[in-house]
Amino acid sequence: MSDAPTTAPPRLSPGHKFRFDQVRGAWVLLGPERLFMPDDHAVEVLKLVDGVRDVDAITADLAARYAAPAADIRTDVVAMLADLSARGAIRL
Amino acid sequence: MIAFPPPLGLIAELTHRCPLSCPYCSNPLQLERAADELDTATWLRVLDQAAEIGVLQVHFTGGEPLSRRDLTTLVAHATSRGLYTNIITSGVTLDDRAMAALMQAGVDHIQLSFQDVDPQANDVLGGSPGAFPKKQAAAARIRNAGLPLTLNFVVHRGNAARVPQMIDMAEALHADRTEIAHVQYYGWGLVNRAALLPTLAQLREATDAVDAARLRLSGRMVIDYVVPDYHAARPKACMGGWARRFINISPSGRAMPCHAAETLPGFTFPSVRDTSLSDIWHHSDAFLRFRGTQWMPEPCRSCDRQEVDWGGCRCQAFALLGDMNATDPACGLSPHHGVMQAAVTESEAGAAPFRYRTMKKEAVLF
Repeated sequence: MSDAPTTAPPRLSPGHKFRFDQVRGAWVLLGPERLFMPDDHAVEVLKLVDGVRDVDAITADLAARYAAPAADIRTDVVAMLADLSARGAIRL
Repeated sequence: MIAFPPPLGLIAELTHRCPLSCPYCSNPLQLERAADELDTATWLRVLDQAAEIGVLQVHFTGGEPLSRRDLTTLVAHATSRGLYTNIITSGVTLDDRAMAALMQAGVDHIQLSFQDVDPQANDVLGGSPGAFPKKQAAAARIRNAGLPLTLNFVVHRGNAARVPQMIDMAEALHADRTEIAHVQYYGWGLVNRAALLPTLAQLREATDAVDAARLRLSGRMVIDYVVPDYHAARPKACMGGWARRFINISPSGRAMPCHAAETLPGFTFPSVRDTSLSDIWHHSDAFLRFRGTQWMPEPCRSCDRQEVDWGGCRCQAFALLGDMNATDPACGLSPHHGVMQAAVTESEAGAAPFRYRTMKKEAVLF
């Protein structure tokens, strides 16, 4: 298991919006003069980023739905959130 | 045939009017007058069309977009259509009333420009005494309204040494994001290139400062860095490639793949007054001319980076070589790459006076 902190629920940074784009038929993450086209895995994580769920809660939700080992999922979730945090889109 | 993917962004140049007169302004030398600007109803229609064809973000810029009295109307409409709204402003007229109106309209983000971290140098460069404290006040208003704050510093020979202080100031103003953007040499910037272009040593120092700050501020502040390509070995993918991501609309309604494209000869740019954004994006000669790789000459044609940099910048190829079909001379593989070093040498020869941006005809020498 990663030893990343689990106390602070991740949330979108100010000025960021995660929404479904009807024209492309795809989820997009929009921010200040930038945008991300998250892949399917990232979309499932971002749907759970609500400022309430912490990493453990997000992991538990995904592990239940995809019947995958929680440890593996948690590693992926932490890495993805860290990447978006470094790019300014997520606050951890 | 599969349709080309929709544009990501609409760059709405609402007006060329501006309280500043920066000598590196990216607006054209022949500025458009207020009487020629699109009216509110036309902009509202353009925003509707933008949402329909898949535009995700609208960048309201200018000139100074706050010079348009209908800015909040346009922002509110864009927001209601699900478009992400961004305003690119000098901030000098962003008072409490304007800020409140923009918040009411649902603005998503404001980018605030500074000409320098040094107050006096800032005001001299912008040709606008007293601008600096107004910009500081604007930064505070944006933060206090709860919006993310992006500061934009334009970097050139005269202020490149102060990049570390610029980043410190952005941190002190609690910016979420800072653009350290070297002047791009088009329009007024090209006219003043000899007065603005930094030396290679200056560029390296500024780049080192940005790299160090990025490490220090990771997760707290994003720093976007834009370099001048005169010292580069490979060209920039200008606008992410010709007509691949953006539609730029001039104040009078001409649609172009970038704001400088009207410098190119032999084009008839379609107008949003009588042509839909969908037609412009998918069918207009102006947008199809350099889209993709079919138009490319050597060395681009056989280059494995042709879909990385898309041949560089058409406007720069025309401005520096007189040939918009040529590989951007910023590329080290261009047979004409020497013009870049020649410009650096010219710039290093000594200080040239600025020619400030102006609407007056007599100032336009060519």
